[in-house]
Amino acid sequence: MAPAIQLRNVTKRFLTPSSGVYTALRDLNLAVEPGEFCAVVGPTGCGKSTTLALISGLEPASEGEVEVDGKPVTGIVDGVGYVFQTDAVFPWKTVLENVAAGPRYRGASARDARERAREWIARVGLAGFDDRYPYQLSGGMRKRVALAQSLINGPRILLMDEPFSALDVQTRNLMENELLTLWGASPTSVVFVTHDLEEAISLSDRVFVITAGPGTVKSSYKVDLPRPRNVAEIRFQPEFSRIYEEIWSDLRDEVLVSYERQKRGAA
Amino acid sequence: MSVRSAARLSVTASAPAEQAARPAVDMVARRRRDVRRRQVMVQGLRLLVGVVILGVWELSARFPSGAAWEAQVGHAGLIDKFFWSEPSDIAQSLWTWFRDGTELGPLWQQVLATMEETVGGFIVGSVLGVTFGVALGRNRLLSDVLSPYIKGANAIPRVVVGALFAISLGLDIKSKIATAAVLVFFVVFFNAFQGVREVDRNLIANARILGANNRQLTREIIIPSALSWIIASLHTSFGLALVGAVVGELWGATQGVGELIYSAKNTFDTAGVFAGMALLAAMALLAEALITALENRLIRWRPNVATETRI
Repeated sequence: MAPAIQLRNVTKRFLTPSSGVYTALRDLNLAVEPGEFCAVVGPTGCGKSTTLALISGLEPASEGEVEVDGKPVTGIVDGVGYVFQTDAVFPWKTVLENVAAGPRYRGASARDARERAREWIARVGLAGFDDRYPYQLSGGMRKRVALAQSLINGPRILLMDEPFSALDVQTRNLMENELLTLWGASPTSVVFVTHDLEEAISLSDRVFVITAGPGTVKSSYKVDLPRPRNVAEIRFQPEFSRIYEEIWSDLRDEVLVSYERQKRGAA
Repeated sequence: MSVRSAARLSVTASAPAEQAARPAVDMVARRRRDVRRRQVMVQGLRLLVGVVILGVWELSARFPSGAAWEAQVGHAGLIDKFFWSEPSDIAQSLWTWFRDGTELGPLWQQVLATMEETVGGFIVGSVLGVTFGVALGRNRLLSDVLSPYIKGANAIPRVVVGALFAISLGLDIKSKIATAAVLVFFVVFFNAFQGVREVDRNLIANARILGANNRQLTREIIIPSALSWIIASLHTSFGLALVGAVVGELWGATQGVGELIYSAKNTFDTAGVFAGMALLAAMALLAEALITALENRLIRWRPNVATETRI
């Protein structure tokens, strides 16, 4: 079976405003199996978010091949869900309208979209908040809206860009557990970008370590922790610590490189 | 002080058993009372400012008086009533217009005529402004090509364009609507354009991932997002529409408040000029209230819009 996501020798360059060229990714190779939960970790500015933009089709690759379900990506990929790092729910739509947006755009009738949206709102624990506007919700609740907004379309691939980084630890653990439950109930492949190694290990089947920019995959680790997991507790298992140490020894060098560069850049 | 004493009063008044439940209710009630008190205060101060301005005006048109003063400066009062009029005269003019009609016909006809021109120009100008603003904001090539022309056109004093319209469109309502619309267009256009440019990239990316096509993107993301910019411009542009209508009337008209002012000017009737201005101000205030109401309806999703910034 073809991998759900395949990046082969992908390079991504951006033009900077001063008409220079900035290389975000170089020769990146990465494959995600169908139904797999993958985490991508790396120091800040290593191109993690860019990787997601390439997979979703929001950005074209400068070189190399990006394939989803064995087909090359040429535009926005059908069947992709994307939970952004910053708030991307629509502030002028109520919770219900936000969650119903996907089905509406895809041609569902208003009534059908509303019904499905209500189901998903309940599933992410926001029943009774249908008519609220995003500004009336807490950060955690807005993330739930974003999650429901993506999942309602039944994505085969879910891309998540540090979705919980702005949340407090308790809310975060809660959301992580819910994410695992929702993921377990559907055959979705997930690429979860984070700078938090603990979060990466506790959620995923596989962890990719990206080098300091220009990013490329340094190594990948299989996480063989039993499921279902409780993210708040799994980190106390000895196996967890072993994996953590193994990956961290790898990641640490990259973080140091990136840190040194930032210091030099600032000086 | 008063808040604290009110709190003490309510505590002593409530039975000890209720005390646990009371504070929250008290807080809400107190907050409401504070808000109400503030509203009353604002209204009172508004009235006071008006009374002071009109009072000072009226008094300085009347005092000092007496033969000695008049012999010295040539008129009674600190300011010359002939040039600056006085509030009581203006009120009298308004009342006469209202009761007996103006030299151009009944007062309501003049107000209605100007209102029609203003609203017409406002609507035409805003619709064109939003349409072009969104179109150019969405289309980079179009905006790059057209921007020098638009900036150039924007630099032309638009009041002068009114003269052209008076010739080409005639002296009826069309030339006034056109003048008002030109004034409104540029303000709304630049705001709509900027509003479209400022739309959060993330929201656009999100909508595209969710499956929005270009039309849905414009209708459901771009326009709602730009709407706060557009509505902000509508506040100023209604005033401009009024300016356009009145200027249009000055270039030649048979009715309207501007024409009323023009004919008062021709007879050195300063009270009449001021009375016309008062009518225009009242119309502008009314329109402002309507636009604020519209804003609150359209931008419900924004916390406390307008209610806090309204002046």
